[in-house]
Amino acid sequence: MDKIQVLSLAKLARIKIGDQEAENLSHEFESILKYVGEVGEVGKLNQLEKFSKEDFLVRNVMRKDSEGHESGLYTEKILAEAPAREGDYIKVKKIL
Amino acid sequence: MATREQIQATLEVIKAKNGELNAFLEVFDDVLEQFEVAKDKAPLFGMPIAIKDNILFDGHKASAGSKILENYTATYDATVIKKLKDAGAVIIGRTNCDEFAMGSSTENSAYGVTKNPYDLERVAGGSSGGSAAAVGANLVPIALGSDTGGSIRQPAALCGVVGFKPTYGRVSRSGLMAMSSSLDQIGPFAKTVGEAEMIYKIIAGVDPLDSTTVSESVYPEVKKFNKTIGIPKSFVDSEGVSEEVKKNFYEAVEKFKVLGYTVKEIDLSYIQYALAVYYIVMPAEVSSNLARFDGVKFGLLRNGENGVEDYFETRGEGFGPEVRRRVILGTYVLSSGYHDAYYGKALEARKLITEELRKLFQEVDLMLTPTTPGPAWKVGEKSEDPLEMYLEDIFTVHANISGCPAISLPSGFAGKLPLGIELTADLGREDNLFIAGKEFLGEKD
Repeated sequence: MDKIQVLSLAKLARIKIGDQEAENLSHEFESILKYVGEVGEVGKLNQLEKFSKEDFLVRNVMRKDSEGHESGLYTEKILAEAPAREGDYIKVKKIL
Repeated sequence: MATREQIQATLEVIKAKNGELNAFLEVFDDVLEQFEVAKDKAPLFGMPIAIKDNILFDGHKASAGSKILENYTATYDATVIKKLKDAGAVIIGRTNCDEFAMGSSTENSAYGVTKNPYDLERVAGGSSGGSAAAVGANLVPIALGSDTGGSIRQPAALCGVVGFKPTYGRVSRSGLMAMSSSLDQIGPFAKTVGEAEMIYKIIAGVDPLDSTTVSESVYPEVKKFNKTIGIPKSFVDSEGVSEEVKKNFYEAVEKFKVLGYTVKEIDLSYIQYALAVYYIVMPAEVSSNLARFDGVKFGLLRNGENGVEDYFETRGEGFGPEVRRRVILGTYVLSSGYHDAYYGKALEARKLITEELRKLFQEVDLMLTPTTPGPAWKVGEKSEDPLEMYLEDIFTVHANISGCPAISLPSGFAGKLPLGIELTADLGREDNLFIAGKEFLGEKD
């Protein structure tokens, strides 16, 4: 792991970091990844069973989109927390 | 039952002591009004309770110890808050914590470190350090925290109080700021196991607003409590665990024997990997959960040249160093090419750790370990090396990885610094933790 790689990860994560921080993080990540890399050994110890992809699937627990509340009930409260608003909308910069 | 005078006295004590402790970030200004509503409601009748700064209380500030939410006001009540208010609690204030609950010392809070009530030069632990210190210093009888890898139990041990993490799925996280959703759980700090149990029973239960909460019928069938405790001896004796902790631990083992418990040495192959699994799964989920802090919907906005640059500026400035570190690390372990080697392997190891623990609880009722590898350290002592700080979670993460409930009990002192032992039980078997915990502390039922 080097500074360039950390800067590109930070870009993916939408976080601005400086060169020095990227340099420091690259060394810290080396030692953290060496430690957490131990999980690779666990599979070798696995005498319990083999897992398939299906073992890690999750099922949908979202409720049906129904029984909505009265329109506008929370609008003021929620918009009061938005950094920028225009009328009853959250205001953002032009995207395209 | 609290009186108005007692609530006022509590406010005075906090005012007098909080300057040196920094346990509370804010004492709410409507406490006496809350008391008038709460005083007639059973079973708490106006009992003051502090909450960690990552739990939402409608109309009150909640910052998760972060600059990015410095001026954020909660727009609804967390389910635990609703339940506590219905039970007659007065929510007295919000307590300091590591930013977004990421840390083991509250040194990652944007609002300064919380000091240990037993030694003001030392940390109170974390991430729920403010809640632990508030109870440990007798500012409040009860505080809520959240526990993702030990964030209730570890500060409880360092501050000499009881800290309890329920089974994953027992307590609704609706209104808790999500850190790592497959691990997070809310739980109480208290002076006694009995009080922790009472608060747990108030806040537990199925909630349609948190789909991970499940009904009683899902948990394993209740089997007889045989008072058997397993000791993972080679794990407890491992390198990095201080001599004073080991000595205190084996004294606790002897105490359980005197109390009529059967103690068995056990050998676990996978538990030693729990911390490595944790530091893959947790940052992965953190990187996803914290994507919502974008300067659009709530919180801080820093202007860049365009919409995308706004994200970079806002998140670069709003997040502190540890949060930046974990979000970027999480981005790495989930990225194409590394996903299988880290996240994929971690999920497999997580299943093995869980199955091995579940199997263990067929043979013994409880597992006993120290809560922490050492007592509270001096502020700044572990800040240079993140990995050294992460190792602080060695004895607590298995409970989050497996979902099992666990409790930290005060077990004595190293000099003037408190130590804790930790009991872990099978999924849904909080009852056994409470029985053993009360017997260990000599509480009458």
